[in-house]
Amino acid sequence: MTTKKDLAKKCIWIISILVFLLLLLFFVSLNMGLVKIAPNAVLQTLIGNGTERDKLVLLEFRLPRMVLAVMIGAGLAFSGSILQAVSKNELADPGIIGINAGAGFAVVLFLFIIQGSMSALAAINLWLLPLFSFLGAVLAAALIYMLAWKKGINPIRLVLVGIGINSGFAAAITIMQLKMNPQDFMKAAVWISGDIWGASWNFVLVILPWMLLLCIYALYKSHTLNQLSLGDQVAIGLGVHVERERLKVLFTAVALAGLCVSAGGGISFLGLVAPHIARKIMGPKHQYVLPVSALIGSFLLLLADTIGQNILAPTQISVGIVVAIISAPYFIYLLMKTN
Amino acid sequence: MIRKDCAIVELAENRKNKGKNIYKSALLMLSCFVLVFLLAVSISVGAANIHLSTVWEAVFQFDSNVQAHRIIQEIRLPRSIGACLIGACLAVSGAILQGLTRNPLAAPSIMGVTDGAALALIISLVFFPGLSMGEQSIASFIGAGVGVLIVFGIGALSKGSVSPAKLALAGIAVSSLFQAITTAIALHFDMAKNMGFWHAGGLNKVNWSGVHVLFIICIVGITAAILMSKALTILSLGEDVSKGLGQNTVMIKGIGFIITLFLTGAAVSIAGPIGFIGLVVPHITRFLVGSDYRWVIPFSAVFGAILLVMSDAAARMVNAPFETPVGAITAIIGVPFFLYLARGQGRRV
Repeated sequence: MTTKKDLAKKCIWIISILVFLLLLLFFVSLNMGLVKIAPNAVLQTLIGNGTERDKLVLLEFRLPRMVLAVMIGAGLAFSGSILQAVSKNELADPGIIGINAGAGFAVVLFLFIIQGSMSALAAINLWLLPLFSFLGAVLAAALIYMLAWKKGINPIRLVLVGIGINSGFAAAITIMQLKMNPQDFMKAAVWISGDIWGASWNFVLVILPWMLLLCIYALYKSHTLNQLSLGDQVAIGLGVHVERERLKVLFTAVALAGLCVSAGGGISFLGLVAPHIARKIMGPKHQYVLPVSALIGSFLLLLADTIGQNILAPTQISVGIVVAIISAPYFIYLLMKTN
Repeated sequence: MIRKDCAIVELAENRKNKGKNIYKSALLMLSCFVLVFLLAVSISVGAANIHLSTVWEAVFQFDSNVQAHRIIQEIRLPRSIGACLIGACLAVSGAILQGLTRNPLAAPSIMGVTDGAALALIISLVFFPGLSMGEQSIASFIGAGVGVLIVFGIGALSKGSVSPAKLALAGIAVSSLFQAITTAIALHFDMAKNMGFWHAGGLNKVNWSGVHVLFIICIVGITAAILMSKALTILSLGEDVSKGLGQNTVMIKGIGFIITLFLTGAAVSIAGPIGFIGLVVPHITRFLVGSDYRWVIPFSAVFGAILLVMSDAAARMVNAPFETPVGAITAIIGVPFFLYLARGQGRRV
């Protein structure tokens, strides 16, 4: 029987190990890429003594990209954890139930409206893009919730409706893509499969505050999540205002998914796998599951990005593809295990 | 005893259904007429509009000096007939799958067929570049088969019962895995553009030789489906009923899957992924003619053909002179329907 204190201790241990692993991976990943930079040179550059070329590659391209990967991984893991708790469905994930597709639709619509090339986004657009993505995610979530509502939410129905919404948005995106010019078409296509694009410090700065805010709020609500995941009846018995609280945490999850999509495109399965592994290690309590799953999500996404950048170099495989190849078998395994 | 009961019930139903059968036959004839009319219309619309009378002449009094006649004979006619056959193939395989699995959400596009075919196709393009069209088709057949086998294997090997949702999720997981591998290979070997065209799903590559292959497979497949339709009707009432009536369920399922594989494999290898026809059409058909598969199969074939011919015409007109992928059009028609079915989860097929 583990007491509360033991669990907290274990959590600290796990978190320390994960942080260490993440830092290690971060450092390894800094060395690798199209331009190989030796560890020593990386250190030199980080303290400010590097060559111009190394500075450019590391500080302007590689570092913001990796920081974004870490953020997206954490955000998706948070979003997945919350969705799984609220829907009481182990297979919920913002990618599978169509929230990502909604956000993606909004982003492609946005790019279509501004008709600008995706690489040269003006400053104002940098702010508008996450907003659009967020609105798209909310729209998709509202649609799914409304359509799945039939005297209450049945988890299976929620997932099925999500699958439908997903293909609907995918079709809409295809039609819109065809009206874009060829260059944007290709970029949009790569982006939809999940790609950390437009990585720059500006973008990191746009995303970071929201991300922090939402994650802290989710952590603050972790006790509510515990209660909600016990089922409506129990939660009501414990004095939780179920509908209102559920809406609040759902909103947090959707907003996080929207932010992540605006930065990383449609990355599926990560929000499913990370919370699962975290729950396996830490048990069901969300005050522990959330941070651990965030770290696992960051680690997996950074790993996937590093693999995608290097394994078939000079071809860059977008991170979403690598994540799918790693995580889909795990999802299938889960599917076979659950009743 | 059960057999006798069933015989009595069947007799009573036969008497009651005599009138209905006439109505159904008439409806089938009518649908065929509608199909022929729509075919003619779909041949006449396009980048260059051609009058219906010219279509008639081009088919029955072909004159190779008239440009419109040549357009019709060489481009539009094979394309429209191809749309017909592919629609029929997809709809019939959807009907068979739904009957076999008693799963309202079963459809070839959801079951990993198309992405399996895509993966096999990219592998054959990259690693065996010298393959002919026919050999590529065989490769995508095999891929489609592997896709279905994996999805159903997951269903069969998993704990508990195989619910529609579980099968749909397994299909999604397998599809996205295949898709990811396909994209990775395509990007690395610089084939992304080729695959992009294929993935958009379109009927613009359909030519006469494709139509010949399709025609043979369609006739053989649909005839076989009609021959097994009685067994399918009984199986769709439940496995216990079917076994109780002395049917060899394993064999029926095996034959059903092989037919499905042939029909979808042929359709996918020629037109790429076209979703939702196999899902939507059997439902509409069952709504109109009931759940007797002796009627459901032929009706599904005709309705599937009608739906795809219409979708293809729409795909050419929505954004003329550019083509919209027909898969996107069928998805727009199919998604609301899928949502409706998902909401009513648990209803009998």
